[in-house]
Amino acid sequence: MVGIITYGVYIPKYRIKVEEIARVWGANAADIAGGLGVYSKSVPDLDEDTATIAVEAARHALKRREINPADIGAVYVGSESHPYAVKPTACTVGEAIGATPYMTAADYEFACKAGTAAIQTCMGLVKSQMITYGVAIGSDVAQGAPSDALEYTAAAGGAAFVIGRDDPVARINHTCSFTTDTPDFWRREGQDYPRHGGRFTGDPGYFKHIQGSVRLIFEQTGKNPKDYDYAVFHQPNAKFPQRVAKILGFTAEQIKPGLVVPRLGNTYSGSSMIGLAATLDIAKAGDRIFVASFGSGAGSDAFDIEVTDAIESGAFRRDAAPSVEKLLASPKWVDYATYARHKGKIVMQK
Amino acid sequence: MSVARFWRKIPQRYNLIGTQCTTCGRYFFPPRTFCPECRRAGNIVDHKFRGYGTVVTHTVIRTASEQFEQMTPYVLAIVELDEGPRITAQIVCEPEEVFIGMKVTPVFRRIAADGESGVIHYGTKYVPAE
Ligand SMILES: [Zn+2]
Repeated sequence: MVGIITYGVYIPKYRIKVEEIARVWGANAADIAGGLGVYSKSVPDLDEDTATIAVEAARHALKRREINPADIGAVYVGSESHPYAVKPTACTVGEAIGATPYMTAADYEFACKAGTAAIQTCMGLVKSQMITYGVAIGSDVAQGAPSDALEYTAAAGGAAFVIGRDDPVARINHTCSFTTDTPDFWRREGQDYPRHGGRFTGDPGYFKHIQGSVRLIFEQTGKNPKDYDYAVFHQPNAKFPQRVAKILGFTAEQIKPGLVVPRLGNTYSGSSMIGLAATLDIAKAGDRIFVASFGSGAGSDAFDIEVTDAIESGAFRRDAAPSVEKLLASPKWVDYATYARHKGKIVMQK
Repeated sequence: MSVARFWRKIPQRYNLIGTQCTTCGRYFFPPRTFCPECRRAGNIVDHKFRGYGTVVTHTVIRTASEQFEQMTPYVLAIVELDEGPRITAQIVCEPEEVFIGMKVTPVFRRIAADGESGVIHYGTKYVPAE
C-alpha cells in the first residue's frame, strides 16, 4: 500500500505582522487582518530561497526515519519561485540529501498545488514499482507585489513527503484531481510578481475546483466528511478554507490542527502540505485525514489519508525533527524595511 | 569562483564530505588524499562529517567583498567539528549572540551568487544549537 514514509517541514524564523505592512501602505490594519484572518507571515533570511527551504524540509524528513538515500529514486520540487528559470531545484535537493546520481528529478509548477502534484507523481512511480521511495516537496518564497493584496499573505516555507510502500506512517488510500483552464492568477515569464483576477480568484477558482475534486473523491470512495478526523484545505487566507469546509460539511474542529495560515501566511506550494504536516504532528494511529489542495490556473488534488500504527512505532521518530508548532513558535519579528531587504525589494545600485 | 571549481566542491559544501585515515583514525576536512602521520601506511577513505561543532573563535564582518556586501554585518567563525577538523564558516545569528564554545548545527544556505545571471553557490552555514 502506497503512503507517507516520513515527512518534514521548514519555516524561516522571521515574521512580519500584517499591521506593519498595512502601516506602510496607509491601509486599515484591523480590516485587512480581520478580513483575511491572517495576522503575520513568515519572511526568509537573506540567504534563504526555495532550494534551501526544500533541502531543510527534506533533511528534517530523513531525520525522522532511517532510510537509505540511495533508495530514493525520484525527487520532485513544486514551487512558483524556483531560484533558476532553467536548472532544477530538485537536483540541488537530490545532491544535498545524498540521493544522486541514480534517481529521476524535475521541478513542478502549478501555482499553489505543485507540491501535491509531486505527491501524486511519486505515488504512481511507487505503485508501478519503478522506484522504492520518491520525495515530493512543496516550497516557496512567495511573491506578492508591494501594496498588492497578496503582499499581506505571501510567505516562505516548505514541506517534504517521502512516498513509499513499506510500513508507511500514513496510507494514501485514494487521490483524484479536478482541473480546468481558468485564468484566476498568473505570472508571465520574466515578471517579478504574479497578477490575479481579484475577486475572480474566489468562486470560479478556489471554490469551484476544491468542490470539484472533493465531490469526485467522495463519489469514487463512497465516503463523506464524517468519515474523517481531520481535514486540510489550501489556505491562501483563513476565510477561504473555513468557508469551503463549511460548504462541504466539514466542521471547524476537523480543520483546526491544519489551519496554520493565521500565523504563517500563504506559503503557496507549501500551504496545504504544511497543513497536512501540522495535522500529522498531532495524529494518532487510525486517524483519517482529508486533504484538498488548490492551484490557480486552475486545479485541485484531493487525498484520502489514514494514519497507521507506524506513526507510534520505534521506526519513526516524530520528535527527531521540529513540529510545525515548534517552527511557528518564538519568531523573530521584523519591520517592513528589514522585510523589504530580505525579500530583495530594495533596488540597489548595480 | 569558476563554475568548475564550485562544482568540484559540491560534495564538501553541501554534505561535508571529507576523508579519514583508517590507519591512525585522523579525520580531514577539507579532504586530504594523503595522511601526513602514516604516510605510505595510511589508508584514506571518504567520511561524511555529522556537521555538529563548537565555535573556537569568531569575528564580525562589517565590510565585505562585493559578493558578500549585502550580507553585512555577519558572523564568521572557526568551528571545530566533533570529529576534530576545523573549518571556517558563517554563523547565522546576531553578532552579539556568538561566543567561544557555542555549540552549532549545520544548515543549508545560499553562500553567494555570481551576479544577477550567474550560478548560485549553495553550501553549509551554522546556526546556534538548541
Ligand atoms: Zn593516518
